[in-house]
Amino acid sequence: MERVYANRKFIVIGLFLVIGLAYVIRLFFIQIVADKYVLSANNNVLRYITQYPARGLVYDRYGKLLVYNEAAYDLMVIPKQVKNVDTAELCRLLEIEKKDFVERVEKARNYSPYRPSIFESQITRENYGYLEEKMFRFPGFFVQPRTLRKYTYPIAAHTFGYIGEAGPEVIEINPYYKSGDYIGISGVEKSYEEQLRGKKGMKIRVVDVLNRDKGSFQGGKYDTIAYTGTDLYSSLDADLQAYGEQLMAGKKGSIVAIEPSTGEILCIITSPSYDPNLLVGRIRRTNYTKLLEDSIMVPLFNRALMASYPPGSTFKVVDALVGQQVGVLTPETRYFCPGGFPLGNGKKVACHSHFSPLDLRQSIQHSCNTYYCRVFKSIIDKRPFTSTRAGYEIWRNLVMSLGFGHKFGIDIPGELNGNIPSSNYYDRYHGKNRWTSMAIISLGIGQGEIGITPLQMANLAALISNRGFYYTPHIIKAIGKKDNLNKEFLVKHVCGIDPQYFPIVVEAMHDVMEAGGTGFASRVDGIEICGKTGTAQNPHGKNHSIFISFAPKDNPRIAVAVVVENAGFGATYAAPIATLMIEKYINREVKRKDVEQSMISGNLLNKGKVIDQ
Amino acid sequence: MRERHSVFEHIDWWLVIIFLLLVVMGWLNIYAAVYDENHGSIVDMHVKYGKQMAWILAGLFLGLIVLLIDGKFFSQFAYLIYIFCILLLIAVIFTGKEISGSKSWFQFAGIALQPGEFAKMGTALALAKFLSKNETDIRKRKELFVAICLILFPSVLIFLEHDTGSAIVFFSFIFVLYRAGLSEKLVIGFVLVPLLAVLSLLINKFIILGFLFIIALFFFLYSKRKIRNIILISLVYLGSAGFVFSVDYAVNHILEPHQRVRVNVLIGKEIDLKGAGYNVNQSLIAIGSGGAWGKGFLKGTQTKYNFVPEQSTDFIFCTVGEEWGFAGSFVVVGLFIALLIRIILVAERQRSRFSRFYGYGVASIIFFHFMINIGMTLSLIPVIGIPLPFFSYGGSSLWAFTLLLFIFIRQDSYRYELL
Ligand SMILES: [Zn+2]
Repeated sequence: MERVYANRKFIVIGLFLVIGLAYVIRLFFIQIVADKYVLSANNNVLRYITQYPARGLVYDRYGKLLVYNEAAYDLMVIPKQVKNVDTAELCRLLEIEKKDFVERVEKARNYSPYRPSIFESQITRENYGYLEEKMFRFPGFFVQPRTLRKYTYPIAAHTFGYIGEAGPEVIEINPYYKSGDYIGISGVEKSYEEQLRGKKGMKIRVVDVLNRDKGSFQGGKYDTIAYTGTDLYSSLDADLQAYGEQLMAGKKGSIVAIEPSTGEILCIITSPSYDPNLLVGRIRRTNYTKLLEDSIMVPLFNRALMASYPPGSTFKVVDALVGQQVGVLTPETRYFCPGGFPLGNGKKVACHSHFSPLDLRQSIQHSCNTYYCRVFKSIIDKRPFTSTRAGYEIWRNLVMSLGFGHKFGIDIPGELNGNIPSSNYYDRYHGKNRWTSMAIISLGIGQGEIGITPLQMANLAALISNRGFYYTPHIIKAIGKKDNLNKEFLVKHVCGIDPQYFPIVVEAMHDVMEAGGTGFASRVDGIEICGKTGTAQNPHGKNHSIFISFAPKDNPRIAVAVVVENAGFGATYAAPIATLMIEKYINREVKRKDVEQSMISGNLLNKGKVIDQ
Repeated sequence: MRERHSVFEHIDWWLVIIFLLLVVMGWLNIYAAVYDENHGSIVDMHVKYGKQMAWILAGLFLGLIVLLIDGKFFSQFAYLIYIFCILLLIAVIFTGKEISGSKSWFQFAGIALQPGEFAKMGTALALAKFLSKNETDIRKRKELFVAICLILFPSVLIFLEHDTGSAIVFFSFIFVLYRAGLSEKLVIGFVLVPLLAVLSLLINKFIILGFLFIIALFFFLYSKRKIRNIILISLVYLGSAGFVFSVDYAVNHILEPHQRVRVNVLIGKEIDLKGAGYNVNQSLIAIGSGGAWGKGFLKGTQTKYNFVPEQSTDFIFCTVGEEWGFAGSFVVVGLFIALLIRIILVAERQRSRFSRFYGYGVASIIFFHFMINIGMTLSLIPVIGIPLPFFSYGGSSLWAFTLLLFIFIRQDSYRYELL
């Protein structure tokens, strides 16, 4: 009877076929048409593990290690594997609160329950020691080695600079950097970032669902190895740097010393400074904020490169050179000094008492203001220059050829131009062509709008000691190998003053250190030092004490510029500090212990501040 | 000797070959799913493929025994086997061992057995026996009621053991009833009811009631306006409305939270890749990443490294999809469809009504398992944990399906003896 229903087998078979066909179509779409599943599958099992190379080391000019790496550890967490963790113990070891623990694990879980996230970064080796013994009590946590920058001596913080995690703005423009990578943020760490960082490697591992390692992907065929960063050989003399920082303690200002024959920076001191070890690892952020917020000391401000001072009387040697070059000055030129240079409206540029008239050599030794006002005026007003403006431009170009008013291109970031005002500036200030040499006469004695950085002052001393040329100042003399010199720094920059005009200025600067000269008190037995004092007027407080110098007079080995803010005459602080530096560098030890002691103990930090109020 | 000779002469080799192919492919995929470089031996009894190998050999032995049993045996003892299965199901509720949420396991001599798997076979036998009686007419309400009771009784018992997946499989016997002459309207209703259930979860209940009202009105206008019809339409409408509300209530108040989430993920109301949707998503990733030709035997990463859950049991098809690609998946789906069609064709050639209805029962059960299991891995059906016949790891399931199929093969070979 049920034969009647035999045709129903076609319905049943038809249904089987429909379902089978539906599944085949579905399979076709997910296996052949869609490709997102392949990506998801790789995402599931492949882990790209970055191999971080050690950053390059930095040595001083005698091969002393200055900057190195120390092992540090990032504590990683895989939330899915966190089970029966001794939370109290972990919190105690990391010095965090229980709620921090919960928050961090939750944050990691939101990123991915199966992948590692940083739980605590840059744990020092000592702290890791305590942690390591107890790691078995923290399932789901593991440690990833990283490195921390360390500094052998707490010196030259501004020069070395610091590293930090690459921010989103860097990652966006430079594909090398990924989140969590370190990058040089300031100083040499920044300018030599590409050499120091080395090259990251990548290991591709296969993991299971619990993120357990299951070996390398395709036998490591696609792995790349990491290359250690390149070491840098600095021209810095670590002892001299440390000594200079000691001398500058309790003072604001800067010391820059250059080897004239090469342009190598022997030391570059900015005071106040800080211990570079403060801006390392976990403590960097808090310490940086503290340093940044110190508006009185401004310890992050790199005065050596960024502070622009009027050079005061040290600038007279520049006028002496430019005047000779222009042809308005000879060694025999004498000017009478009536105690000042009259400005015409009853005012005058004052001068101190000395015998008169002075010749060129004596004018530097005794630092006569009247003499240099006249020299400056004769340069600007020299005919056939058609106008004040034309005369000024001649002067300005020659001054700028001595390294002023522009950057050198030194290998430490942050260098400033300084300021040698343009004619246009005076046009704007006085009206077009409505200014005369008298209006800008203070430039002649290094006052007024003129601004010079300590680095530029040191370079001037080096240039004079070389009798007319300089090399771009630089802090790194070799990259990787000791003889691998940076070619840019081998280019000799010849200034616009002919060599024949230098000897008289050198002799005069030597006289400064002899009986009757302004630097006499700072002379060093056995070393022929040439120097020039300066006292820069400072609208905010007591005058800045300035000194430029080099030694020995012939075959010079060191050129030094010192600026001590609010310290008064150049002879009181800047000159003794500069000659102590020279003595230290050339003799490797300082005999004038009394001078050294009085310099070290001199505390001038409240001088500027009090007058500010 | 004469009888045994005829058994092997008349068995349907197509069914045997497809069966053997599925079992061997299943074993290879179980091997791949739990493959570990550190375990070399394929007969290691501590790993799943070693155990499965033992179960396959024992299953073949069972099948051989079935072929040697007298042809009248299963027909004569159908009810007894059914009652024995029911007793086991009742016993397991009180004495059974709970394994992963289901209290449906007997454990003795280190082997865990699920009576629920064998109850499908018992029910197929009993239902075939009942329908094969000359006086049975399924169109009569009384006899339909008896048939439905035969089906639902073990299903409810299995449901009480929290093995929902296996309980649902019993609904597949609708095909047997259909073949026996069940009214098409009732079968269509059987299809429409789940559809209405899904819709009631997806769409606002009152909108559904509105639509149902319009449909009821339509029937009312186009039917003869007799009191009887009006009452009938009103009753059906009220019944549907009650159904819509009770489905909603059941899902939101009776189902366990994890089951509710699963239902919602499947019908697309929730996307939860870390929770209930995780399994389905990982299953799709494993199958989808296989591409056209697959990653190759033992080269699958998703299944080997446990991204796919239950990869040797309920999600064994993921290994097929990942390692053998579209080509391999196509072959497996094709083999199942071929097996099912072959069973129907063989059933239709039976002279014995018992054998024919039993054949339909076998096809129905295998089809439901196939449809739900592979549909689940392809994210077309909710995650319901039932094994893929002959493929999935597990002794109970493999033995039960082997017995189920070999009894049918035995019945088929017996057809010449009925002359
Ligand atoms: Zn004078």
